[in-house]
Amino acid sequence: MSTTQRVINTLVGIVLVLVFLAPVYWMINVSLQSSEALLRTPPVWFPFDPTWSGYAEALRTQGSHLLTSLVIALGTVLFTLLVSAPAAYALARFRLRGTLALVLVVLLVQMVPGIVMANSLYPVFSQLGLLDSYAGMILADSTLTVPFAVLILRTFMSGVPGELIEAARVDGCGQWRAFGSVVLPVCRNALITAGLFSFLFAWADFLFAVSFTTGNTIQPITVGIYRFVGNQTTNWNGVMATAVLASIPAAFLLLTAQRYVAAGITGGGVKE
Amino acid sequence: MTTKPEPVNGTAPVRRVRSGTSGGRQRLVQWTFVLPMVVFLLLFFCYPVLRNLTMSFQEWTVASFYEGGSPFVGLDNYVELVTDPIFGTAVLNTVLFTVGSLAPQFAIGLGLAVFFQRRFPLSGALRGLLLLPWLLPLVVSGAVFRWIYDEGFGALNQLLLGLHLISDPVPWLSSTRYALLSAIIANVWVGVPFNLVILHSGLQAVPGSLYEAAALDGAGPWQRFRHITLPLLRPVIAIVLMLGLIYTLKVFDVIMILTGGGPANASETLTTWSFALSFEEFDFGQGAAVGNILIVIALVFALFYLRSIRDTFRSRGGRG
Repeated sequence: MSTTQRVINTLVGIVLVLVFLAPVYWMINVSLQSSEALLRTPPVWFPFDPTWSGYAEALRTQGSHLLTSLVIALGTVLFTLLVSAPAAYALARFRLRGTLALVLVVLLVQMVPGIVMANSLYPVFSQLGLLDSYAGMILADSTLTVPFAVLILRTFMSGVPGELIEAARVDGCGQWRAFGSVVLPVCRNALITAGLFSFLFAWADFLFAVSFTTGNTIQPITVGIYRFVGNQTTNWNGVMATAVLASIPAAFLLLTAQRYVAAGITGGGVKE
Repeated sequence: MTTKPEPVNGTAPVRRVRSGTSGGRQRLVQWTFVLPMVVFLLLFFCYPVLRNLTMSFQEWTVASFYEGGSPFVGLDNYVELVTDPIFGTAVLNTVLFTVGSLAPQFAIGLGLAVFFQRRFPLSGALRGLLLLPWLLPLVVSGAVFRWIYDEGFGALNQLLLGLHLISDPVPWLSSTRYALLSAIIANVWVGVPFNLVILHSGLQAVPGSLYEAAALDGAGPWQRFRHITLPLLRPVIAIVLMLGLIYTLKVFDVIMILTGGGPANASETLTTWSFALSFEEFDFGQGAAVGNILIVIALVFALFYLRSIRDTFRSRGGRG
């Protein structure tokens, strides 16, 4: 390919990205306008005269919801890794009876529609007092993350050299010690990937959030945006500012951990 | 996939010495690794699916939650559903939404994947940026599109009016004619990156020498695409479409935030209807029944999916 051709390809690529990401640009543009500017026709295409009032409103009305989602997402990451890492290791390493069937089950459960879980868990959560609670949200969101994390960690863990583990075992380490002191450190990248995606899934969850919270005590940010939008007298600059703030984890992931992103999409095989 | 046997060369004797003394105990310890996950799967997948099945045969009202009591009513819920005029609408909308989302998602994703297969400066970075819509919370994307679609002040109508493509603002979300289409367009945007990533990784596996050989034989770009890319990509295409289908069936967030299934059920799918029945009308029995229909559909395609990944695994193994 000649140099000109490559440059043309790059230019075409840039145009494609600009067109495709136009909605994201629009979100940022609107978030920086004043409420009056949003009612102008034609609209203000570029934020030459930005105001931060949208962000002020976003933080004032949605700040606590962002915090709620942060707690839920971090809790989900912790719970997910605690449950998934040992299981993934066992499914990758031990020749236990039924492990292949278990892997199949993990693949299949990802296909259970979330609405079914919401529907059938609601009465249970209601009885156990798990509605409007962090614990309830963390458990519910973990249904999105545990199968995914098990599959992706298992892929990585089956690549850990068996000699490493055996060496630790010969030195007298028990299975769990070998796992903790040898396997986990080696799989650091995989754990980061699984953790990042678990965070993102829990952060983005809307179905469980809207099903299992009433807004009386805790309200995740997705539900916050939903109710914000549903409000008739909505300030769209405030909504878009909230949307921008809610996009920070995704943008962070894309900018800092891009190589893990593709691994996350393809490695788990499935994203619900 | 990842079912290859673990490499045990040289390590097996060591294991035998250890397990010779305490084989049973060893196995027990090994099971403790899987136990938490198994318990979690039982409580949060098996139980809900079974419970959903029994709920669909019960009558639930608001009172069921306060006074208890949800009597067994046999197939009543299902009969009521099927005779409900919304049922036909929801089924049709689900099919339209799924097919209408999948086809453009796949076509655009494949086009982009083929384009980004070329080597040029920034290729990787630009492709990475295209993943953003997939990473954003769906509620965020939904909210953005909702404002873009706004009849009076939305960018879409302003743009189309400015270009004189339309003479009057289009009520994208408030008209029964456009609501489903609007939701589909937003959902296509969300789904393209997933198709792009999987198809791109599939393309990477196609040996470049094949293209060179075909080019030497005088095959043009379209012929190369048609006779090399497509056939070799077939297993990946099957996977992407199957997963896309299962994933699109349960789309909830985008529709909820854009239209809430309305106006007048114009964009109601089985998923949003199930939610409305349970969480708005508190008829969890009927909501569960719709959910079970969704499970059956998802399961059928899940089996197709499992079969196709088994085939890819085999063909990969066959090729060495």
